[in-house]
Amino acid sequence: MPVPEPQFDDLYRELILDHYRRPRNRGEVPGAPIRVEGLNPVCGDEIHLDMQVEDGVVGDIGFWGQGCSISQSSASMLTERLKGRPVAEAERVIGQVRAMLVDGALPDRELGDLEALEGVAKLPVRVKCALLCWNVLEQGLKQAATAA
Amino acid sequence: MLEVERIREEFPILRQQVNGHPLVYLDNAATTQKPRQVVDALVRYYETTNANIHRGIHTLAVRATEQYEAVRAKAARHVGGEGHGNIVFTRNATESINLVARAWGDANIGEGDEIVLSLMEHHSNIVPWQLLARRTGAVLRYGDITADGQLDLDHIRSLIGERTKLVSMVHVSNVLGTINPIAEISAMAHEVGALMLVDGAQSAPHMAVDVGALGCDFFAFSAHKMLGPTGVGALWARPGLLEDMDPFLGGGEMISLVQQAESTWADVPHKFEAGTPNIADVIAFGAALDYLADLGMDNVRAHERAITEYAIDGLLQVPGVSIQGPLDASKRGGAVSFTIEGVHPHDVSTIVDSFGIAIRAGHHCAQLLMRKLELPATNRASFYIYNTRAEVDALVAAIKEAQKVFDRAGTRTAV
Repeated sequence: MPVPEPQFDDLYRELILDHYRRPRNRGEVPGAPIRVEGLNPVCGDEIHLDMQVEDGVVGDIGFWGQGCSISQSSASMLTERLKGRPVAEAERVIGQVRAMLVDGALPDRELGDLEALEGVAKLPVRVKCALLCWNVLEQGLKQAATAA
Repeated sequence: MLEVERIREEFPILRQQVNGHPLVYLDNAATTQKPRQVVDALVRYYETTNANIHRGIHTLAVRATEQYEAVRAKAARHVGGEGHGNIVFTRNATESINLVARAWGDANIGEGDEIVLSLMEHHSNIVPWQLLARRTGAVLRYGDITADGQLDLDHIRSLIGERTKLVSMVHVSNVLGTINPIAEISAMAHEVGALMLVDGAQSAPHMAVDVGALGCDFFAFSAHKMLGPTGVGALWARPGLLEDMDPFLGGGEMISLVQQAESTWADVPHKFEAGTPNIADVIAFGAALDYLADLGMDNVRAHERAITEYAIDGLLQVPGVSIQGPLDASKRGGAVSFTIEGVHPHDVSTIVDSFGIAIRAGHHCAQLLMRKLELPATNRASFYIYNTRAEVDALVAAIKEAQKVFDRAGTRTAV
């Protein structure tokens, strides 16, 4: 009987594993005015985001936390994608990530490396892992908007 | 020992491919699969017997009542209790514990009274007592565990005193697999006049239980973890206890005489079963109890002990794998929690699932224990009567595949 190809290759793409191994922008941002966090109590995943938002632009951004490879690499890619980018772009990317993961939409070109998370959409139980940091980011942007 | 191949033929669900591989079901501590006999009993009831019980005069009502009531005696016998009057049917073990917290706890627990639990309890044996403590001002005390995952009996002894009204502990841990020395703890409780409740959700399915030898006052268990349907649990109570307890829920079935201001209660155990109960599933639970009785609980235990021993040996031969809980299979049940260095439990679970293997990952509804172990999550493989050594081999092979994925990423330190 032919043994099918393991299905996890599409999930654990090199880029995801690379961000898990070498997280970008990991750690606190000293003096960051926005500090937000999210917890997935069911599985214990935890993401903290520190960021500066000035003149409609996301400045320095850092994350830390614990959890599975998907939750941590998603956060690492988030910081890499949005550091120094306009808030409006960050809000668009949040929508594009959700469209890809929740609605199964084809990845928007604007997502860049985040496209690597596409395989997560096929595993509904893991979608919440990838989304955690994006929900935290949304919360942070709201805080920034209120403070401004 | 069990004829595992013959047993497997009686579980239709096991005859399927998942993700292109034969299903390897190793999540039995969460719920077990059901043999054809149980599914047939459910269908037969609805096709031949269905009627509401206890009130009807007609033939089907009498037949349904007889079948439902007959399961009480079987459930009592399964845990070594006598007769049928001391088994209350609930929805699950959780509800059985909540029943005691309400119907016994509210009347017998007051401010400053103490309830002794342990750090290895499932949330179902923590939260009902927290709610009771909030209602009454009672205090909860948690017995510690030792480094090798056993209850710290000296610590528990030091917690049990004249203020203790209830000791409630798990018989077999759903995370560590530890079989706890309940008889010894019951004796400590009774010495100070406290009652002893045992959470038997993970013991009743897997070994011969004798409530007399355990010396407990209440024993809670769940049908779906022992081949039965979901939606049925049971509470065994020491003879005489239920009579003095208040009702749990109010409604039909549980009353004797209803007047405008107040009512009188039906006799036990009906006093605790308000409304139309889960008749069909209780009757199918009877078929599960028959199935286990035919196998013999000592044979069930022997099979699980052998497969658990084999699994522990196999897992420990994989570099980077650690097992939580006792390593000696004679001291533990068939729930084996493990962690893999450098691979998060959820990643392990996803990868082994792609090989058709069902295991659990997470905190297993035991957050106090996970905090004590300083682990956010573990993987758990848990075995039952239909599991084979070949399935353990498949799990070990899939774990090695998971390690390969993360070795490639360089997240695991080279061993």
